[in-house]
Amino acid sequence: MSATRIRAMFQKELREYRRSGSIVATMAILPIIFAVEPLIQIFNLPASSAATLAGKDPLLYMLGIPALVPAALAAYSVVGERQQGTLEPVLTTPIRREELLLGKALAVFVPALVIAYAVFALAVASIAVFAASPVASAVLRTGPLPAQVVFTPLLAAWSIWVGTAISARCNDTRVAQQLSVLGGLPLVVLAALIAFGVIHVTTRLTVVLGVVLLAVDLRGWRFVSLMFDRERLITGTKS
Amino acid sequence: MSSDRHANADGKPGSTALAVQGLTKRFGERVAFQDVSFEVGYGEVFGFLGPNGAGKTTTVRTLGTLIAPTSGSATVAGIALKPENGVEIRQRIAIMPEAPGLYLRLSVAENLECFAGLYEAPDPAQRIDRALEAVNLADRAGDPCGSLSKGLRQRVALARALLGDPEVLFLDEPTSGLDPVAARDVHELIDELRRRGVTIFLTTHRLEEAERVCDRVAILNTTLRTIGRPDELREQLFAKTLVIKTLAPLADPGRLFGGLPAVEGWHQNGSGEYVVDISDSRIAAPAVTRALVQDGSDVLAIAESQHSLEDVYLQLIDEDVEAKAART
Repeated sequence: MSATRIRAMFQKELREYRRSGSIVATMAILPIIFAVEPLIQIFNLPASSAATLAGKDPLLYMLGIPALVPAALAAYSVVGERQQGTLEPVLTTPIRREELLLGKALAVFVPALVIAYAVFALAVASIAVFAASPVASAVLRTGPLPAQVVFTPLLAAWSIWVGTAISARCNDTRVAQQLSVLGGLPLVVLAALIAFGVIHVTTRLTVVLGVVLLAVDLRGWRFVSLMFDRERLITGTKS
Repeated sequence: MSSDRHANADGKPGSTALAVQGLTKRFGERVAFQDVSFEVGYGEVFGFLGPNGAGKTTTVRTLGTLIAPTSGSATVAGIALKPENGVEIRQRIAIMPEAPGLYLRLSVAENLECFAGLYEAPDPAQRIDRALEAVNLADRAGDPCGSLSKGLRQRVALARALLGDPEVLFLDEPTSGLDPVAARDVHELIDELRRRGVTIFLTTHRLEEAERVCDRVAILNTTLRTIGRPDELREQLFAKTLVIKTLAPLADPGRLFGGLPAVEGWHQNGSGEYVVDISDSRIAAPAVTRALVQDGSDVLAIAESQHSLEDVYLQLIDEDVEAKAART
């Protein structure tokens, strides 16, 4: 494994994002839309309804953000390069498929993480300022915070590997992006079930789910690398 | 690009940079190329010619470890062509595909920075500067690749291929889309790389280009049809002839040409034009000239017929077309 090659791919991807305003705008707008509706509901809750929030973690609904934001970008990562004709020159260099995929995944992971944490921080701050005080106290109790911190990168990584796997096997960018968003939906459903109290987040559940997701993410890298078939990507024919 | 490193890459100047033995690639039932064998020495410019669909690009991709051969063996830059050697081979070679494949939103320098990193080039800034100077693009480093013409993009792709300081450089149609001046610059760069001992594997449709820059050429049409120096191929395929033009038809050409040294036969090609088959022009041409002068003929021209590499190419490909037609 070469850190230089991974860094080269990572930097290239970030530079491309910066040059494309629509990519950045799409990444930023989606989480804001995702966060606005539950926030408005929380702002409108009267102080007397704070007791009804017991056992619910509405802020964890925002775990849908790391599940959805990286999906489209990850879906573009391989098939997009293939369609614009830039994949073959990259594959002629000494880069290993694991390095290529890790560089690309990190370039999606970092901005997704920054956006997810930033939107969460903004949500927390706005609830503290605008929600009724008892409601704010009920929502911002310490319980969901560790879960948010732990699950955000793990869910983002899962979403990235699902998107990248689809990207490595699809022949069309649009199909890959649609399938990747669909692939992220189970995670959004999981986040919703937690947020609405169907699944109650305990410290033990956080640790267990965290370990499981971490194992899945690490295996995901290897699994997607195995799915990355140079010959099929170059010639369209299975090796 | 380090100078003169590759000529002695393994301490043996002129040793084999590419050795291909019985290499075959099939995609299902379709044969891309079959039973291809050749060797290319270090510092050699090797032309790989053939019609569309002949398997040239697939051969390059196979030797570049992008796709796996169905059968056969090869060594590339001294390393056996096996899946486990892919990284090591790609560290020693560079491939410039026919389509430049640049990141159009990034500048020229940013494209090259990315690839310098992928090649783990030491002192990447210096490498990039030298590569840009080599293709005369030093003043365009900051330009977005999307703003460049096709020809300039081609030159950026060539600069990118030089970043890894390759021992073997595969160039797939490097002058496609270039104007004559830019194409000449590329030819001069190929000459310069050859002097440094870099092996160039050049696929091209431009036969005059192959004749101009290649030490040897191979003609591929799924199978390897021929291989050799351009002049060798011409001699192999075409009989040597003298073309003689006279003001008036000769009175008795059979008597005049018969018995002359190195003359093997003749035929008339219209009024006042004769084609004389010869074995050695250095002997036949003076003898024929003397005979014509002694005969008092009014000679307009005596010239050795010149067959180009294009003639060789067309002859071989036409043979394949005829053979295919005969089978069906």
